[in-house]
Amino acid sequence: MAECHPVGFQWVMEAKARGATVIHVDPRFTRTSALADLHVPLRAGTDIAFLGGIINHVLENERYFHDYVVAYTNASTLVGEDFVDTEDLDGVFSGLDPEERHYDFSTWQYEGGEVQAASGARYQVAGERVEGKDGSDGPRSGVREAARGEAHGSGGAGITGDFETDETLQHPRTVFQILKRHFSRYTPEMVAETCGVPMETFLRVCELLEENSTPERTSAFVYSVGWTHHTVGVQYVRTASILQALLGNIGRPGGGILALRGHASIQGSTDIPTLFNILPGYIPMLHAESSTDLQTYVAAEKAEKGYWAELGSYLVSLLKAWWGPAATAENEYCFDYLPRLTGSHSSFETVMAQLEGECKGYFLLGENPAVGSANAKMQRLGMANLDWLVVRDFSLIESATWWKDGPEIETGEMRTEDIGTEVFFLPAAAHTEKDGSFTNTQRLLQWHHQAVEPAGDARSDLWFLFHLGRKIRERLAGSTDERDRPILDLTWDYPTKPMPSHPGDDEPEAEAVLAEINGWDGHGTPLSSYQQLRADGSTACGCWIYCGTYADGVNQAARRKPGTEQDWVAKEWGWAWPANRRILYNRASAAPDGTPWSERKAYLWWDADEKKWVGHDVPDFSPTKAPDHVPPEDATGVAALSGTDAFIMQADGKAWLYVPAGLTDGPLPAHYESQESPVDNPLYRQQRNPVRQIEPVVHPADRFQPSGDEPGAQVFPYALTTYRIAEHHTAGGMSRWSPYLSELAPTMFCEVAPELARERGLEHGGWAHVVTARNVIEARVMVTDRMPSLRVAGRVLHQVGLPYHWGPNGLVTGDAANELTSLVMDPNVHIMETKALACDIRPGRRPRGPDRLALVADYHRRAGITERTGLDPAVGGAAGKDGKDGT
Amino acid sequence: MTAEPQLRHALSGDADPAALGGHGDGTGGHPPRMGFFTDTSVCIGCKACEVACKEWNAIPADFPDGGFPGTSMDNSQGLGADTWRHVAFVEQRRPLGGQDPGLPRADPTQHDLGHLDVLSLAGQGSSSAPAHIPASPAEPGAAGDFRWLMSSDVCKHCTHAACLDVCPTGSLFRTEFGTVVVQEDICNGCGYCIPACPYGVIDQRKDDGRAWKCTLCYDRLGVGAEPACAKACPTDSIQFGPLEELRERADARLARLHDTGITEARLYGRDPDDGVGGDGAFFLLLDEPEVYGLPPDPVVTTRDLPRMWKHVGMAALSLVGGVAAAFASTIVTGGRRR
Repeated sequence: MAECHPVGFQWVMEAKARGATVIHVDPRFTRTSALADLHVPLRAGTDIAFLGGIINHVLENERYFHDYVVAYTNASTLVGEDFVDTEDLDGVFSGLDPEERHYDFSTWQYEGGEVQAASGARYQVAGERVEGKDGSDGPRSGVREAARGEAHGSGGAGITGDFETDETLQHPRTVFQILKRHFSRYTPEMVAETCGVPMETFLRVCELLEENSTPERTSAFVYSVGWTHHTVGVQYVRTASILQALLGNIGRPGGGILALRGHASIQGSTDIPTLFNILPGYIPMLHAESSTDLQTYVAAEKAEKGYWAELGSYLVSLLKAWWGPAATAENEYCFDYLPRLTGSHSSFETVMAQLEGECKGYFLLGENPAVGSANAKMQRLGMANLDWLVVRDFSLIESATWWKDGPEIETGEMRTEDIGTEVFFLPAAAHTEKDGSFTNTQRLLQWHHQAVEPAGDARSDLWFLFHLGRKIRERLAGSTDERDRPILDLTWDYPTKPMPSHPGDDEPEAEAVLAEINGWDGHGTPLSSYQQLRADGSTACGCWIYCGTYADGVNQAARRKPGTEQDWVAKEWGWAWPANRRILYNRASAAPDGTPWSERKAYLWWDADEKKWVGHDVPDFSPTKAPDHVPPEDATGVAALSGTDAFIMQADGKAWLYVPAGLTDGPLPAHYESQESPVDNPLYRQQRNPVRQIEPVVHPADRFQPSGDEPGAQVFPYALTTYRIAEHHTAGGMSRWSPYLSELAPTMFCEVAPELARERGLEHGGWAHVVTARNVIEARVMVTDRMPSLRVAGRVLHQVGLPYHWGPNGLVTGDAANELTSLVMDPNVHIMETKALACDIRPGRRPRGPDRLALVADYHRRAGITERTGLDPAVGGAAGKDGKDGT
Repeated sequence: MTAEPQLRHALSGDADPAALGGHGDGTGGHPPRMGFFTDTSVCIGCKACEVACKEWNAIPADFPDGGFPGTSMDNSQGLGADTWRHVAFVEQRRPLGGQDPGLPRADPTQHDLGHLDVLSLAGQGSSSAPAHIPASPAEPGAAGDFRWLMSSDVCKHCTHAACLDVCPTGSLFRTEFGTVVVQEDICNGCGYCIPACPYGVIDQRKDDGRAWKCTLCYDRLGVGAEPACAKACPTDSIQFGPLEELRERADARLARLHDTGITEARLYGRDPDDGVGGDGAFFLLLDEPEVYGLPPDPVVTTRDLPRMWKHVGMAALSLVGGVAAAFASTIVTGGRRR
């Protein structure tokens, strides 16, 4: 955090000054470790084993927050008899179709309840595209039980029915007992064996965390992409969720799980998404086959209980914001104008579509995939197969120049004269040169005002998109073609303001966009709460969770009242969605009877005289619903929540220790090795996540390595992880052209322990080359104790650390670490695995020209790599171990 | 000659450098002495201070020779004409935070600092890691224990500033805030100040020959703003304020660290009775100053000048530069990058 989020780290330092204990768990010793009370180096890719070990310790030693767990989690809920755990299936769950890499999760459901038939993201079935997969079978596979992970960004799967519970937590099929059994093999010994963390260090972490998680005290988890960039990334975060729910650390001040996002406002670009599978406010994207009409869609997607029951209001208000007067009850508010998914269109599948010639054009707005995305060569090969490419950035980044000076030009894999892609480069304005908002990890919107006019031809992205839309609409004006209606009917009337330095070149008013996102009623009056939204077309709102950010016509995100002039919750600094709540699920900060768990941690409580919830924050609960409220049997939606259903967005009002629906790869986390690992899975016979998304990205330039005990795995004997350092920003577009940042970290380097340096003859300050099945790169050698070797599975394992900031362009250059990574993905969110791989490292620089390819080919030969290596189907507890017969 | 009594006065304990510089009426009448307290125990090594300093003062970029110094995460390698704030990174095989990967090391190689040659250290310039101590332990060594010290160094704005004493043009002057500033439009590039500095801070820029160093953002102080580095520091490792107040704060911080068992913590440059009369920019360190590349017992290089003047009378004036240069030749022994 000190390394990548130094400004945010000031608050950790402040907490430390007030007595907080800081524990840093990371393969490398970073600036964060230097300031922590305890640094725990662990093998990259083993966090589920580590956290699972803590869960086991908490359960075995009864250190969980009993009353919280019984009242606010699904610990007491009974799971159906058909569920079979990894304990009985050697590392996979019931419902696995190993050939299709798919779980039918009907067996995971609660006893007596029914997991709502899955809907939403039906395109993704077992990690394959629906269309063209099996011809006649296509439609069937399109509607079978499918993952809808992304449909639940803030929702949770819909559930109906009354569930059996046992509040004594003794029934063997309670979630609690299932949890206990599932994690029983995650012993301190197993943690040491798997993670390379000595038992005494591990037990110290357990003690520190448990001592600090009581009615009087809370602990927070902070994570970044070190947890998410894995083939089991979502389950990493799930493991932390289970632990924090068991310890009573959710919904209480000082608790929580905080995702540090990788860029300014990445949270904002998830809320109002740049993603293919959701609409603003985590409304699921429509699907071509099933989303036939508004009513059908809403009925399928909404929840029966909780705030997602109002989905129709959120969606219709969104349609009114986009299409204004053209959206009427008669035309279902232009529901048909919305695009439909026909398959998965994640970033990496878009690359595959480019290679297949399906995707012809590509906009890169502040993105440098030729350096920053997994398997950078695949990114460039994809771009070389486009008709046109638009790059908007500060400088001529690698993604704008690969066609004339990229690595493939040097190796001879591409010739400039053969590339038909027309490349447009448009200089972009920086955040200081435009108005706008950032949404940070705690859902806080903070407005920034323009400080200076952008120089030269640089313009804001808002300017670009607004005028692009305007010009397209001018071209289409007068068209009678039905397909042009969605563009022509858009409300594209944003007010503009002149740019003094560029007469005639008007900049749209960013605040007008914020006002549209906030929404208004039929009279144009700004709305103040999403509870005002209606499904009858009387309200418009560009993003329901942001409703209130422009309440009273005031830019609430621009509020900057100093912390010294308000209470410690500081509700008048910026604006947090939803409803300016600073802590979500804050009903859980009080006991079931509505009194605070402790005076020290009092945050929200029930005032019996006033008959309402009071405290320091905006209640994340119906403000006047009494703690002892029991909803009528026939209640639905928000009214169906009881006075203790603190987790109001969940369909059963509970924090989920066990996930009966909504995840593609299991109701509970299980430790799997990364796609490529130097270690055989110590926990299960199943080596890798059985439903990882891999088939769609098979390509000659994206070969996979043997792993663990598989023959050939020893060719890549070292663990590899990639990361950022404080001096640079991501793929370098914002830092490698800045002299003052570039001089602070002037070249690509690799970090290795003294032991590895000796084993491979690497010289401090000299050159080394690092090899995977994809490519070979070179780097200067930093020999340092900061990248410690570990004792894992009975042997010493060395790790290689690679910052990923450099590329061939800019003031400071170097090979891109992402030349080495692959496109294999997490099945829930389609993210790549760049944090845990296996590699070889050798002294000296890499070969030049075609010899570079020859070296990689030689590694393929030595490791026996074929097009099926690493793709072996899951075993489902029956056949030979995944991977054992794979190469 | 008026220089003599002023200089002698300046060397006798706690002083009011701004008054000595001619500000106020001798009983105050100028702003309080302003300075930095750099608390390295909360430095996270983000280098925001280096960048903010360069941005504000429009200092040229200064890429390291060879592209990769390999000195831990330190690529600016010491203060100089083009680096007015510098963050040192010191990797040590010593316990902090109990880091232990649990891997016994076969052949421990000690990196004991007992054998350090302090003079050669000073010659390397401020906050440069000694050449014979790898900033990054590159050999297999003792088990587990590891810590990483970070510290942002800067001009000390000495109470008795030798650079100022030896400047023949008046380019270096004492401001009303008690700080020491070079005026680049007056500096004639004689270079006398460079060996005079006991910390090796002030430096000549290669392409223009003039001397450059931290101004404590004199232009910002004048309008009531804090220096750029302190403004940018996210953890308040760099604190700016009236020196008296900073000293109180530092004493309290030190007491607190000592109370929590961090007995190695110490203040550096805090004592008005040290060889430079105390620093306007002082530090809280977690180890010996040598570890950070700081001289352990700096002495103003013009200390003996008044005595010499007494003996040689008016003729001493012509010696000032020569003496300083000769003195300096014993401590400046190369190793500096610039």
